[in-house]
Amino acid sequence: MVVVPPTAPQNGPSRGRVLVVDDDAALAEMLGIVLRREGYEPAFVSDGNRAVGVFQQTRPDLVLLDLMLPGRNGLQICQDIRTQSTVPIVMLTAKGDTIDVVQGLEAGADDYVTKPFKPVELVARVRAQLRRGETGQAENLSIGDVQIDVPAHQVTRDGVPIALTPLEFDLLVALARKPRQVFTRELLLEQVWGYRHAADTRLVNVHVQRLRAKIEQDPEKPEVVLTVRGVGYKAGPP
Amino acid sequence: MTRTTAPDTPTPVGPEPPAQPRLPAELTRVRRGLRRRAVRARRRARTLTRRVVGKALRTWRSSLQVRIGAITMVVAGTVVVIVSLVLFSQIRDQLLRVKRDAAIDQAQQGVLYAQTQVAGIATGDAASVRSALDRTVRGLVNRGGAAGDFEVVMVYRTGEVERTADSQEYVFDALPGDLRGEVDSGGQASKYALVPDENRQPQPTLLIGAPVPSDAAGSEEIELYYAFPLDQEEESLSLIRSTVIISGVALTLFVVGIGVLVTRLVVDPVRRAAGTAQRLAEGQLEQRMTVRGEDDLARLATSFNAMADSLQRQITQLEGLSQLQQRFTSDVSHELRTPLTTVQMAADVLHEARGDFPPQVARSAELLRAELDRFENLLTDLLEISRYDAGAAMLDSEAVDLGALVARVAAGMWALAERHQSEIVVIRPDEDVIAEVDARRVERILRNLVGNAIEHGAGKPIEITLAANRTAAAVTVRDFGVGLTSVDAQHVFDRFWRADPSRVRTVGGSGLGLSISLEDARLHGGWLQVWGHPGAGAQFRLTVPLTAGGELTSSPLPLRPATVRRPERPGAQP
Repeated sequence: MVVVPPTAPQNGPSRGRVLVVDDDAALAEMLGIVLRREGYEPAFVSDGNRAVGVFQQTRPDLVLLDLMLPGRNGLQICQDIRTQSTVPIVMLTAKGDTIDVVQGLEAGADDYVTKPFKPVELVARVRAQLRRGETGQAENLSIGDVQIDVPAHQVTRDGVPIALTPLEFDLLVALARKPRQVFTRELLLEQVWGYRHAADTRLVNVHVQRLRAKIEQDPEKPEVVLTVRGVGYKAGPP
Repeated sequence: MTRTTAPDTPTPVGPEPPAQPRLPAELTRVRRGLRRRAVRARRRARTLTRRVVGKALRTWRSSLQVRIGAITMVVAGTVVVIVSLVLFSQIRDQLLRVKRDAAIDQAQQGVLYAQTQVAGIATGDAASVRSALDRTVRGLVNRGGAAGDFEVVMVYRTGEVERTADSQEYVFDALPGDLRGEVDSGGQASKYALVPDENRQPQPTLLIGAPVPSDAAGSEEIELYYAFPLDQEEESLSLIRSTVIISGVALTLFVVGIGVLVTRLVVDPVRRAAGTAQRLAEGQLEQRMTVRGEDDLARLATSFNAMADSLQRQITQLEGLSQLQQRFTSDVSHELRTPLTTVQMAADVLHEARGDFPPQVARSAELLRAELDRFENLLTDLLEISRYDAGAAMLDSEAVDLGALVARVAAGMWALAERHQSEIVVIRPDEDVIAEVDARRVERILRNLVGNAIEHGAGKPIEITLAANRTAAAVTVRDFGVGLTSVDAQHVFDRFWRADPSRVRTVGGSGLGLSISLEDARLHGGWLQVWGHPGAGAQFRLTVPLTAGGELTSSPLPLRPATVRRPERPGAQP
C-alpha cells in the first residue's frame, strides 16, 4: 500500500493536474479538497457534454471520471478521451457489479474506485497511475516477436510500433521482466496497479484482454501473454 | 404373504445308508441347489406377478377411460346376463307348456280311442289280446296328433301276466318306475326323462301315461303311455340360447363402446387442458385452449383461458415489479453512495485533523468515522441482498486455486483473530484444488464464516479445512466456542438474526453476512450448511462444484466433525 504522507504540501509545486468529471457538486468539492491536500491541482467539469472540451483545454495528467453523468454517459467520454490520449483514467462508480466495471474498463479506463471510498484509497489509485513512466534505465525486452523499449515507452512488432496505454505498457513490462515467472492476478494487481489487499481480479482480466487485442496476432490463441489455468498469467517464450 | 427362506429340517430323500458319508453330503448339496432354484423361481414368479399387477393397477389409477370402460363392462355385463337368463327361462317354460298341453290333450283323446278298441279284450285268448293291443297301438300312431312326433306303448296286465305293445320297443324299457307307479295307482301322470331314440341316443322326452278304463270287472289293467321326443324344442332352445348369448355379448360391447366413446369425448378436452396447463407451468404463458361450441367443455376451455390470461397478466406484472426493483436497487445504489462518499471523505479529513481539535470534538470525529464504516458495510450488504432478491446477481466464474484463496482469507483475518486471542489453523491437501468459482464471492463467504467463527469462538482456535474429490470442493470452518442449538442452526442464515440478542456485538456485522453467503453459495450451485452443538462449537461447510454449472451429489468433507472435543494443540499455522 502506498503510504500517504501525513503532512502534504499545501502550496508547494503541483504534483500533477487532475480533471474531476462529476456532476455532484459536494463530492467534486470534497475531491478537490482531498486532492489539494495531497498536492495535486484539480480542475472540475460537471457537465458531460463539456467534459471533452475541458479535457483538451486543461491537458490533465489524470482524469477522475464519474460513470453516471447528466448529458453524456461516462463510458462515451471515456472512449472519446481514449481516442485522443493515453492519459490515465480512474472511474468513480457507484456500482460494483461486474458488467458496469467491465464496461468501464473496456471503454478505456485504467482503474476504478467504487463509491463509497476513502480518501486514502483514492489517493493511492491516483498516485499509482501517475507514477507510471517515472522509472527508466536503458532496458530492452522481448516476448516472441514483440520488442519493448522500456525508457522510450515503445512497443514494436517487426519494427511497426504498437500503441499501448501506460497501464498496458506496465503490465507487459512486468510480465516481460520475469519471463519464467507465473504471475497471479493478485501479484499483478500489486505490481501494476499498486494494490495490496483489495483484490479485484477483473481489472487484470479485462486489461489482459485489451492488451492481447493489441499485441497478439490472434487474440484467441495468445502467444505473448499466456494464461496459466488456475494460477494467472505469464509471458510467452522470448 | 409370509416367506420362509430358512432351510427346512433335512428330511432324508431315498435310502440313506449311514455307512457312506459322501453320498448324503452329495444329496444335501443337490437338494440345497434344488431348493435354492425353487426359491428363485418362486421369487421370479412373484416378482412377475407383482409387476403385472402393479402395471394393471397403475393403468387403472392413471386412465379414466380404462376405469370407466371396465366399470361399464361389469355393470352392462351383469344386466345383460340377468336379462338373458330371465328371457331364456321364460321362453323355455312357454315352449314346454304348449308342448305339454298339446300332449296331454292328445293322450286324453288316445285314452278314449283305446277304450273303444280294447273293450271286451279280456274275453279273448292271448293271441287275440296281442292283436287287439297291436291294432290299437297302430291305430293311435296312425291317428297322429297336434303335438308332433310321438311313440305309443300299451301295457296290459292281468294278475302276474303283463303284455305290452309299442310302436318302438325300447320306449317301454325306458319308462321310469315312478311314472308307472303313479299310472298304476290310477291317475294320469307326466314326466320329462331321457329316452333313447332309434340310434340309441338318449333324447329329452315328455312321457305321459294314463290308465285306460275297461268295463270288464276283473283284475286286468290297461295302461297307455305316450312319448313325445323334445328334439325340436331342444333345437329351438339352443338356437334361442345362442342368439341370446350373441346379442348379449354384442350389447355389452356396444354399451362399453359407448361408455369409452363418451369418456373420450370428455377426457380428450381434459387431457388437452392438462397438456396446456403443463406448458403454461413450464413458462409458455401464451398457451391457450381452443374453444369450440357452447357446451360444458367449451366452458372449461373458456374459464381455463381466463385463468391463463389472469396468470399471464400477474406474472408480467410481477416481472415488471422485479425490473422496477432492480432499477430501484441500482438507483438507490447511486443516489445513496454519492453523498455517503462525500460524507465519508469529509469525516476522514476531520479524523486526520483531530489532533488539532479539543478532546470532545476529536472523539466525535472518531465516532463519526467508525460509524460511517458500519453504515457503509450495512449499505453494501443491503444492496447486495436486494440484488439477489431482484435476481440480478451474476456469477463471474474462473479457475481459482482454492488453497491460495483460503490462505489469503486466513491471512486477512489474522489481525482480527489476534484481537480475540484466537489462532487460525489451515488444513489443506498437498495438491492444488482448482475450482471454477467466482473468487470474489467465495472469498466473501469464507471471510464471513471465519469472522463469524472468531466472533463466537471464545478465543479458541479456528480450523479451516479444505478438501476436494473428483466433482466438488469443500471448505469447513470450525470453531470451539459456545456452539449452536438445533433451533439456532435453523435460523443462522436468516436475515438480521442473532443467536442471542442481548450479546454484545464485537465484530459488528450487518446481520446479513450469512444470508448473503448462503445466496453466494447457491449462485454457485453449491451448499452452505451448519452443524453445531451447545458447548461444542460450530462448523460451517461450504461445498461447491469443481466445474461451473456442475451438480453436487456429495461433499468431500463431513458436516459433523469427527472430533467434537477441542484439539489439544493445533499443528500447522497459516
